[in-house]
Formats: sequence, structure tokens, C-alpha cells
Amino acid sequence: MDYLLTDEQKMVRELAHKIAEEKIRPVASQYDQTEEYPWGIIKIIADAGLFGLFIPEEYGGMGMNVFSLCLATEELSQACGGIAVCYAASALGTFPIVLFGNEEQKKKYLPDLASGKKIAAFGVTEPEAGSDASGIKTTAKKQGDYYILNGLKHFITNGGDAHIYVVIVMTDKTKGARGASAFIVEKDTPGFTFGKKEDKLGIRASSTRELIFTDCKIPKENLLSKEGTGFIVTMKTFDISRPGVAAQALGIAQGALDLAVKYAKERQQFGKSISSFQGIQWMLADMATEVEAARALVYSCAKEIDAGARDVAKDSAMAKMYASDVAMKVTTDAIQIFGGYGYMKDYPIEKYMRDAKITQIYEGTNQIQRNIIALKLIKEMAK
Amino acid sequence: MNIIVCIKQVPETTEVRINPETNTLIREGVKSIINPFDMYALEEGLRLKEKFGGKVTVITMGPPQAEQALREAISMGTDEAILISDRAFAGSDTWATGYILSSAIKKLGIYDLILCGKQASDGDTAQVGPGISAHLDIPQVTYVKKIEEVKDNSLRVERMMEEGFEVIQTPLPAVLTVVKEINEPRLPSLRGMMRAKQAKIMVWGQKELNLDPQRIGLCGSPTQVIKIFTPAQRTAGQILRGEISEMVTELVGLLKDEVY
Repeated sequence: MDYLLTDEQKMVRELAHKIAEEKIRPVASQYDQTEEYPWGIIKIIADAGLFGLFIPEEYGGMGMNVFSLCLATEELSQACGGIAVCYAASALGTFPIVLFGNEEQKKKYLPDLASGKKIAAFGVTEPEAGSDASGIKTTAKKQGDYYILNGLKHFITNGGDAHIYVVIVMTDKTKGARGASAFIVEKDTPGFTFGKKEDKLGIRASSTRELIFTDCKIPKENLLSKEGTGFIVTMKTFDISRPGVAAQALGIAQGALDLAVKYAKERQQFGKSISSFQGIQWMLADMATEVEAARALVYSCAKEIDAGARDVAKDSAMAKMYASDVAMKVTTDAIQIFGGYGYMKDYPIEKYMRDAKITQIYEGTNQIQRNIIALKLIKEMAK
Repeated sequence: MNIIVCIKQVPETTEVRINPETNTLIREGVKSIINPFDMYALEEGLRLKEKFGGKVTVITMGPPQAEQALREAISMGTDEAILISDRAFAGSDTWATGYILSSAIKKLGIYDLILCGKQASDGDTAQVGPGISAHLDIPQVTYVKKIEEVKDNSLRVERMMEEGFEVIQTPLPAVLTVVKEINEPRLPSLRGMMRAKQAKIMVWGQKELNLDPQRIGLCGSPTQVIKIFTPAQRTAGQILRGEISEMVTELVGLLKDEVY
């Protein structure tokens, strides 16, 4: 389907496609096996200028938007969902600074994040605060010109590898959700260490670690926005980052679909290509239609955000939930088309299913997305 | 350092089809790319510029659509691009092409180094680089796999041989043709692609280059392609065994019977 992309958007897509096909696809399986962080590919993406897509030009970025970021993430994900999430998670950690940073913070952090010299991560989740972010226990206590952080974040993508972290911690526990605040923490700050690298089902090229704060002293200038705005920072960040996760899911689904079509054409059974069987054809037709529907939803949502829509929570929840459910279904069906070979690690398709699964879980499980959608529906009806 | 990189636009497919009547390549319907070997020349030019400063100018001779190859070169970071294009150039062989390209280089004026890929993936002659050096009367080093040292007026390079390599010192300006072992070409950058889209590409033809009409196009080309064919596959060899004297007798017999 033609989405009438601008010349700039076409360039982003073309460039990301080139990186995906020439640099990522040949090594995707290797990184999946070794779980090594793909610094070499990160450098290629950085040199291409893709880390700065949505960062304003005055801070060294390309001054583009969420839609361009989605196009890049979708293309990279077609070759490897794991490497793509290293890229997308840096964007996730950068968004709060773009949205809520003051001039000094933007000047200090954004240029290096735009050039890809440094990468970012966003830390909200804790062992007892997953879907229920109000359960956050990590604290920040003000002490003169500093805040002292104590506690633990876990399941943090890019954790340990990123240079810049935005973390949500409690500055005033008595206020509940209104007592949370967002801070920028740099790697190598004394008292800031990392837990072991998680051994994951999918997206294995990306790193996931605990962030451990032990009397970690950070200057008060690192507070993002004001004390007590931590949840607003989180919600606003997720509202605009969800299309990115949706785009990752979309890319994984498209990548699996392309492999399935190719395999169906090549695979011979009963003396002909299995793509000539209606049973296979109907599966492929359904997969392609669902992928395209997901794409239309993701693109529309991203464009709406870029146009400045104020309340995008419902739409971005729909995009994330639908695209990731499609990714799970399409990748599973793709393995079915590959048959027994699809179940083997010698073939690239099983990795797509493993990579797809996480998109239904992180940045708000799809059950939480449905809550968001339903609550909005009911609220809208009450108006 | 002023570097000129000569590139050629070639069909992407490795299965080049040939028009049997004209014995020329069929280009219609085939996607065009920069000759892969020229990408290494471009990359080396860009690396030298990044290290020593200066400017990289890329030139190509070809039909108007070869402009696309130049834009791609700009998206990778070259400073300037010139398309050398004229109907009168059609049918030029490697000798005439060398003459035309060297005339363009002379018109550019200042240059320290000219870089070319070792050969084009379509014609495979490997003659244009050396041809440029002959026409400019400057040194050439072919099959360069590494630039070891750059001095003000000279270069030391490694030249790939079938077994091992030669180390060659050459004064500048010089023409180098490079092999793929020399580097790994970069991808374009988004900023580069935007610059490439807007870049003005100068076009030089016979008039701008003030060329002798007798030395260009078909009439300026001494090469005549008589026939193009796919060589027969080599069959497996035969190993003779036994005493030397027996083998010699057998070999002589075989040569007499089979070859003559």
C-alpha cells in the first residue's frame, strides 16, 4: 500500500532498509546465539544519522519526528528484532529529555545521543512494579545540591550498555503516584551498578539488566521537569514511544511474512511448489492483510502524534496492542508454513517468533493496553 | 589532498545479457549501481580526505542517468561530482574513455591522486585506470590493497599479486586502481542523502572539454569487438603416473593425438 511518504521519509526507509539487509541480516543469527551487544551495528546506524531522527536540529538531530523513527525501526526489525530494539530503546530513553528536559539538559545530553556517540535507556520497571508502576520503591532523597538514589530497577533494555539513563524513582513516598520523579543518571556515577545480563527467549542481541542504586549521588540539575512529575514523564513518554514498539512488531511480522512467501515458492511437495496450494495461499493472504492493517494503524498513530494531537493514549495503545498481536500470529503461522524446517534453528524463521513475543509484553502488556483503550472508551461515552 | 575518484555505473545483475547483433551490453530493465570495485576507490578517497583534509571529486562518464551514481557518491560524502556525458562519446572503447576522462581531469586542474576501482564488473577490462595515467603521463599503480604511507609528494602502497604483494613508492600525482581488500565501503548517511538530492551536478560534454572528435566515440576507438561468447567449461585434467620416461612418452603421444 502506498502511504504517500515524503522524500525525506522515503530516504529514512531506504537507508534503514540498506542497513538491515546489508549489515544486519547476515549477522542476526550470530548475535542471537552469542547475546553479544551489537556495537558494530550500532556504530553503522549512528554513522548513518538514524539516532538523531526525532531530535531537534539545534541539538544535532535531524529534526524529524515519531513517524520517521517508526519507519527506521520497522525496517531494522525486518532483519533482526533484537538489534532493532537496541536502537529503539535508546530512543525511548531519549524521549523524556526531548519532551521534558530544560535547555541545559538538552544541550548537555542530546547532541551525543543524536550522533549515536552515546545511547540511552529508560528505567521504570522494578521487581514489584511492572504493570503497576505505582509500586516503585527506588527512592531519591534530596541532600543539599544532590539527590541520593537507592533501590533497584530491573528488566531494563540497554541496561549496562547505555551511557545515559532516565529513571523514575520516588522523591516522596507519602504522595503515591504524585511522589515520583524522573532523573537523568550517567553510567559510571559512583553507587550506580548493574545486575547480571538476563538470558532471554528472544531479542537476544539486546541487553537487559538490573540497575542498582546504592547511595548513588547525582547532582540536582539531573532532575527532569519538577519533583512529583515522574508519572507524567512516564505516561507522556510511553504515549509517543508505543508506536515505536508497534513498528518493531510490524517489522518482525513483515520480515517473517517475506520469508514465508519466499519459502512457500521454493518448497516443492507433491511435485509442485507449496505456494500453489490454496491452504498455504489463504494463510499467506491473511498474514499479509493483517500486517497491512497493523501498518495502517501504526502509521496513522505516529502521524497523529507528529501533528500534535493531545491525547493519543488510546490510539497508541491500539497500535501497540494490535501490531504485536499480529506479529505473534504471523510469526507463528510463518513457522507453520516452513513446517518441520521452521522449528529448526538452522532456518531463520523461529527467531522471528521468539522476537515477536516480547512485543506483547513490554512497554505495557497487551492486557494493560486493553485497559487503557476500554477506560478511554467508557470515559468518552460519559462525556 | 585533492582526490579525484573515477566511477562507472554498471548493471546490478551479475548475469549481463549481450545483444548478439551489436555485441554490446543490454542495459534496459536492469537496475544500475556504482561498479562495486569503484565503491572501494570512493571509500579510500573519503578516508584519505578525513585523515589529511582536502577534497574528493567524483567523475563518471556515461549516459544522463549515470547522474544517479554520482548522487549516490555524494550521499557517501564526496564534495563534488561531474557527469561527463555527450552523445558523441557513445561507442568509446577503453582507450577513448581514458582520453575523455583524462581531459576532464586536466580541466579540473589541481589533483594529487586519482583513484579507480581495479576494473568494472560489466566490461572487466581493467584498462581505463591505466589509460588515464597514460594520457596524463603520470605514474600508475594497479591492484592496490593498502595505502601504507602518505607523504607530501609521494605514496607508499601495497600492490596485490597472485602470491604476496609488492611495496611500491610512487611520486604524486598518480593513478591508483584498488582491489576490494583495501577497505569496507561505508553506507550513505541521511544527511548525505539529503545533500545528494539537492546537489547540482555539472555536465561536461565534447564542447566543454574541447575534445578532438577523431579521438572519441566509435571512430576514436581502436578496439573492435568481433565476437562475444561464453568460454567452454574446462574439463578435468589427466594425471600421468609411472616412471618419468614412461610418462614423457605417454605425454608426447597424447599431445600428438589430442592437440594437433
